[in-house]
Amino acid sequence: MLSSSSHNMSNNSSYSNDRGSSFEAEYAVDPASGGFFHTDFKKHDDLKEMLDSNKDSLKLEAMKRIIGMVAKGRDASILFPAVVKNVVSKNIEVKKLVYVYLERYAEEQQDLALLSISTFQRALKEPNQLIRAGALRVLSSVRVKMISPIVMLAIKDASSDMSPYVRKTAAHAIPKLYSLDPELKYELITIIQKLLADKTVLVIGSAVMAFTEVCPERVDLIHQVYRKLCALLVDVDEWGQVTIVNMLTRYARSQFVNPNLHEDDSDREFYDSNSDTSEKPAASLDPDHRLLLRSTRPLLQSRNAAVVMAVAQLYHHASPKSENPLAAKALVRLLRSHIEVQSVVLNAIASISAKNKGMFEPYLKSFFVRTSDPTNIKLLKLEILTNLTTDSNVSVILRELQTYISNSDKYFVAATIQAIGRCACSISEVTDSCLNGLVSLLSNRDEAVVAESVIVIKRLLQTQAADPKEIITHMARLLDSITVAQARAAILWLLGEHSQKVILYCIAPDILRKMAKTFSEEDKKGKDVFLWESEASSAADSSSSGSSSSESTSEASSGSEEESSEEESSEEEECEKKDYSSCEDSESSFDESSSEDNNTPVKKINSSQQDKTKVEKVSNNINSNVDNKKSNLDLLLDLCDINNEAPVMTPSLGGFFTPSTPIETPLTMQIVQSTFINTKSVELINRINGKGLSATYRFTRSPHLYSPSMTNNLAIGMSIHDFACISKLPPNCSLPATLGIDFNDTTQPANFEIVSSLGNFNVCIKPKVGELLRPVKMPTSLFIESSLDFVE
Amino acid sequence: MIHSLFIINSQGDVFLEKHWRSVISRSVCDYYLEAQRANGNDINPVIATPHHYLISIQRGGVSFVAVCMEEIPPLFVIEFLHRVVDTFQLLDEMLDNGFPLATESNILKELIKPPNILRTIANTVTGKTKLVKGIDMLDSIDCCIKLSGMPDLTLSFINPRLFDDVSFHPCVRFKRWEAERLLSFIPPDGNFRLISYHISSQSVVAIPIYVRHNLSIKTGEQARLDLTVGPKQTLGRTVEGVKLEVLMPKCILNCVLTANQGKYNFDPVSKILHWDIGKIDFTKLPNIRGSVSIASGSNTAEINPSINVHFTISQLAVSGLKVNRLDMYGEKYKPFKGVKYITKAGRFQIRM
Repeated sequence: MLSSSSHNMSNNSSYSNDRGSSFEAEYAVDPASGGFFHTDFKKHDDLKEMLDSNKDSLKLEAMKRIIGMVAKGRDASILFPAVVKNVVSKNIEVKKLVYVYLERYAEEQQDLALLSISTFQRALKEPNQLIRAGALRVLSSVRVKMISPIVMLAIKDASSDMSPYVRKTAAHAIPKLYSLDPELKYELITIIQKLLADKTVLVIGSAVMAFTEVCPERVDLIHQVYRKLCALLVDVDEWGQVTIVNMLTRYARSQFVNPNLHEDDSDREFYDSNSDTSEKPAASLDPDHRLLLRSTRPLLQSRNAAVVMAVAQLYHHASPKSENPLAAKALVRLLRSHIEVQSVVLNAIASISAKNKGMFEPYLKSFFVRTSDPTNIKLLKLEILTNLTTDSNVSVILRELQTYISNSDKYFVAATIQAIGRCACSISEVTDSCLNGLVSLLSNRDEAVVAESVIVIKRLLQTQAADPKEIITHMARLLDSITVAQARAAILWLLGEHSQKVILYCIAPDILRKMAKTFSEEDKKGKDVFLWESEASSAADSSSSGSSSSESTSEASSGSEEESSEEESSEEEECEKKDYSSCEDSESSFDESSSEDNNTPVKKINSSQQDKTKVEKVSNNINSNVDNKKSNLDLLLDLCDINNEAPVMTPSLGGFFTPSTPIETPLTMQIVQSTFINTKSVELINRINGKGLSATYRFTRSPHLYSPSMTNNLAIGMSIHDFACISKLPPNCSLPATLGIDFNDTTQPANFEIVSSLGNFNVCIKPKVGELLRPVKMPTSLFIESSLDFVE
Repeated sequence: MIHSLFIINSQGDVFLEKHWRSVISRSVCDYYLEAQRANGNDINPVIATPHHYLISIQRGGVSFVAVCMEEIPPLFVIEFLHRVVDTFQLLDEMLDNGFPLATESNILKELIKPPNILRTIANTVTGKTKLVKGIDMLDSIDCCIKLSGMPDLTLSFINPRLFDDVSFHPCVRFKRWEAERLLSFIPPDGNFRLISYHISSQSVVAIPIYVRHNLSIKTGEQARLDLTVGPKQTLGRTVEGVKLEVLMPKCILNCVLTANQGKYNFDPVSKILHWDIGKIDFTKLPNIRGSVSIASGSNTAEINPSINVHFTISQLAVSGLKVNRLDMYGEKYKPFKGVKYITKAGRFQIRM
């Protein structure tokens, strides 16, 4: 009973290693499922009996069953004592199976395993080479540290054995012993050295394997045998070839001159009239380097994909560019092999083709996608196709990509659209046609296609100077139908980014309103972009056109007569012009001008207060997510209704009210630090134009000391406070300086001059609308309160 | 190097495991099974897990997952797994400390004797001198060699210029190929692939078969499909084993077709229409036609099925490659020689 329960324990422990899910499955499959443990125990008992018998056939049968259990991952360690006795068996079949068992369990039962060691030692002296090799293999596989001196001795003997097969096994045993006892490294290296000098092809592959595992840093060992390795390489077995070629690749990279060095310097050579033009890179190759390339070339014809890949790697890293096509051909051949091989090879080709286009260009057609390819292979092929795009083949590739769009694999279609985008970016001739093609995809029935096109168009417009007006308007219309978050975000981003462009005035605020309504359902990404965009576009509205656009839309939506709104907007256009020209101090002058225009008596304080609330809401959205949903709706309500409350709305945003402004209502608003400060600098003067002087700038998003209205942000009405003179700028040094510019609410560029001993440079800083904002913070109660006012 | 190997059946159970270095819990296979659940059979062959790399291949529903601990050329493992023979004991002889030891099946048979009856049969067959060669055109020359002793064979071609890119069995002497375009080799016993090759693009290979296809959409939910297959330049040989596999788009619900030859079936799950034609009869071209129903509301402009075509032509090598002669040196007896040319469609796809 006791032993049975202990057995149960051991069984359980073996199962604890198993996957939880297979637990039941395993029981169900097992024929002994009912009284599982019990019968299992019995079975072990009869196994023991069989092992103890005198008949070899019974022993063999028992061993077969035990090994079967081991293979199924069940614990057979309890049988160790019974099995280990049979290591002395004369029957070779039984012996082999005992070896297999020992390899698996010797580590767990070290003391008992030691009993078998003497048998191995005797076997190492057998006349049969296979038995000698087998004994050494098992002996070195027994992971018991105590026996490492014995193994060391055995390896030493075996390394000078008559039979190459035994020497090969000795080479294999070296890394095993090294992992068991790293202190033996130096002794092992001398054996490796001996084995590397071996002239039999059977041995050197394994010797190099031992070398790479134990002492890859000892390059000096390779120097002596390098030429021999190259000469024998063709005759070594495939697996040895892989190891040797990989090792030699490292060797070539560290010991030979980069054969492509000349090509990189080809520009210099062109200018250098003295350069010897007859000197070809191939001619300058070291004879040993040439030997390596020559002796590995036949291996490209190997049937083993790993060998071909190893050689291709060698050629990629260490051959002159002119010889690479050889490897390309072999790699393309591998593409006709198994799917797994294809996938790995395509990965390699993708990374090579990114650096070296020409190499795979002749094989373009091999990378055309078949509908039957699995997705990961399709994607890799797409990547390679786009890598290979050149002026001459772009039309072929694009036509091919076009056919992929109607594929049923959505993931692949999305990747195809991105690939079209990449082609458009890399080949400028086709940019326009690609863009048109993508725009036509916008009317595709499949939403995923549309969404992906939107994203790619956004990316293209971001980098291309093409006129995006129509496209953006088209996309804005799509906003209602697209549900993919990323695509919605992309449209919003585009609207925000281009909102200052004249034509978009009319649509941006409308979109904004629409979006605000559904804000709560938006995805995180959409939300972020929306917030950012609302900030930007409202800023754009107010900064470039004063209150006109928001006022006119709000008028229209609040039910006023159309004529009046039109009237008003035209009036306001005048006002806007005035704004640009006359504003000295933004706050007061605008208030004046607008109040004059509208002929409405308004208190200055009132207006600035309104202004504040508005600014606050925008920034509130940005700073806190507490009342996102509400605040945005309110923001729009704010935009809509602000003029009922106070007919005049100051366009000014960002720092145009100072904390000292008297506040009548108990509003407490504080200007807060911006939560995000862009640390990326923009180039102002580049080193070449500046005769050696370069300057970059960034917006610090903090008020300037000179005046809080200068958020380091001059056309007319702009003021600037320059930085203290930098007396000396040592070479290769950079010094920071702060410049205050009051942009006066416009996105007009500030032009000024930087004077230095090298000359005067005219520079220009153009602020993005977002830089004209100032974040504030207000209590929610106040916010709700003021928003309620607006609703009414 | 290869640390452990797990063999997993189609139900996702590990039915065989083997460890060459330390024992790794089979729970490591969960990463693989998870990937399999997520992507079906479309699994990346290399999966990186926190401590191991799993390199896997799938053959006939069985997955072979090799576990590696360190950086290793993935093709090394994949290539090895492809050669793994399904007996457990063999694995032991094939790998030593995770490093492949012997993979040539003929050598392995020497190491591990097949059961007695088989052995005697094998011996009798080997005793006869017989050589049959099958040539799987467009791709490779497969040999079936049953010769005793150590014959040294030389195979020459009438038109070796055709070869563009070749890969050899290790027994082929590369130097003689380079110099004389002769295949000189001492063959291992049994079946093996002597050479696979690619025909240079200059020599145009005429595709011996054509498919005329037409898919016209009548109304929103009905379409007419009409496919005709015909032979083209087959030099009087019959095209056999013709099979068409039409990959229909997702929106196709069903196909009701009539074929004048062969059998067809449509799998509504995988959306594949199989049409097994068999031999092409010159007098009456195989044709299949009928109506296809399309799910309502789907975009009919996007229906573009592709067709995979399979066929074989015996006694003809479309590439035009011809074996000139095969000579044997080193042994005294006279072998039986024979060449069998066969053309098989590789991956031949037609887009509609």
